[in-house]
Amino acid sequence: MAAKKAVKVEAYEEEVSLRVRAMEALLTEKGIIDTEGVDEIVEFFQTKIGPQNGAKVVARAWTDPDYKEWLLKDGTAAIASLGKEFVGLQGEHMKVVANTPEVHHLITCTLCSCYPWPTLGLPPMYFKSPPYRARCVKEPRAVLKEFGVELPEDTEIRVWDSNSELRYLVIPMRPEGTEGMSEEKLAGLVSRDSMLGTALVTVD
Amino acid sequence: MNGVHELGGVDSDLGPIPIDPDEPLFFDEWEKRIFGTTLAVAYAGLLNFDEFRFGIERMPAWKYLAARYYEKWAATLETNMIEKGVFTADELEARVAEIRSGG
Repeated sequence: MAAKKAVKVEAYEEEVSLRVRAMEALLTEKGIIDTEGVDEIVEFFQTKIGPQNGAKVVARAWTDPDYKEWLLKDGTAAIASLGKEFVGLQGEHMKVVANTPEVHHLITCTLCSCYPWPTLGLPPMYFKSPPYRARCVKEPRAVLKEFGVELPEDTEIRVWDSNSELRYLVIPMRPEGTEGMSEEKLAGLVSRDSMLGTALVTVD
Repeated sequence: MNGVHELGGVDSDLGPIPIDPDEPLFFDEWEKRIFGTTLAVAYAGLLNFDEFRFGIERMPAWKYLAARYYEKWAATLETNMIEKGVFTADELEARVAEIRSGG
C-alpha cells in the first residue's frame, strides 16, 4: 500500500510540475516573461532578502532607544531608513510590536500567508500551514508550546493577524548577558522565529 | 461568502504544524519556476496581488487543503491567465500534453 501511495504522490507532483513548465513556456513565447528574468527573481529571493534584514532592525532597536520608539510609532518609515533592501514587495506597510515580560506577541495570517518579505524573506512552511493559521488565534499558548516556548501564566499573549495591506514584525526581548555586545553580534542572535513570536532569543 | 481559506479559529483536525528548522526555501525546481514566473507576470502588469489571492481562494476546498503551498500559486496563475485571455485552457492542455510526450 505504501509503495502504491508513493507512486501516486509522485505522479501528482509530476502533473503540477508539467503544468508549471507549460505555463512558463507559453508566457515566454507570448513575450510576457523571459527565462533570465525568472532566474533573476528566484536568485534575488534566495540570496538578497531574508531574516538577516529583520535581525538588523531588531539589533538597532535593542541598542538605540530613540530608534525603537520611532519603530513602534511608525514601523514603515523606521525600517525604510535602514536601506533600500528593507523596502519592497509585501513590506509596504509595517507595524512593529515589542515583547516585554508582560506581553508576548505572536504573528499569523489566518486568511492567507501574508508576511513581511523585505525584513523576513519568504515564509516558512509552518506559517503557511492550515493548522498554524487556524490555531494561533484560538489557542496560542498550545501552539507556542509546540515550538518549545513556554511563557509564565500571567504573560499576556497578543496575536496579530496579518493582511494584504499590513505586515508585522516582533522585537523579541533582548537576552540577559548581552550588555556591551556590538549591534552586529546582537543581530546574529536574532532568529527568524523570534521575530514572529514563535521563539525567544537566547544566548548559548 | 465563507471560503475554506478563512481558517482563523477553525477547530477541525488539520494535522500537526509542520515545524522544520532545516527546510529549504524551495523543495523542488518547479517551485522556483512558479514563484519566479508568477512574480514576473506581476511585474509585467498582468497580475496584481488581489487577483493572485482571489485565484487561490477560489480553489475547491479539498484541493486547497491538500495542496502544497506553491501548487496554490500554480492554480491561481492558471486561473488568472485563462480568465484574462493570456492563454486558453486548450492551449495549456495542448502544451502539457506536448511536454509529457517529450516535447
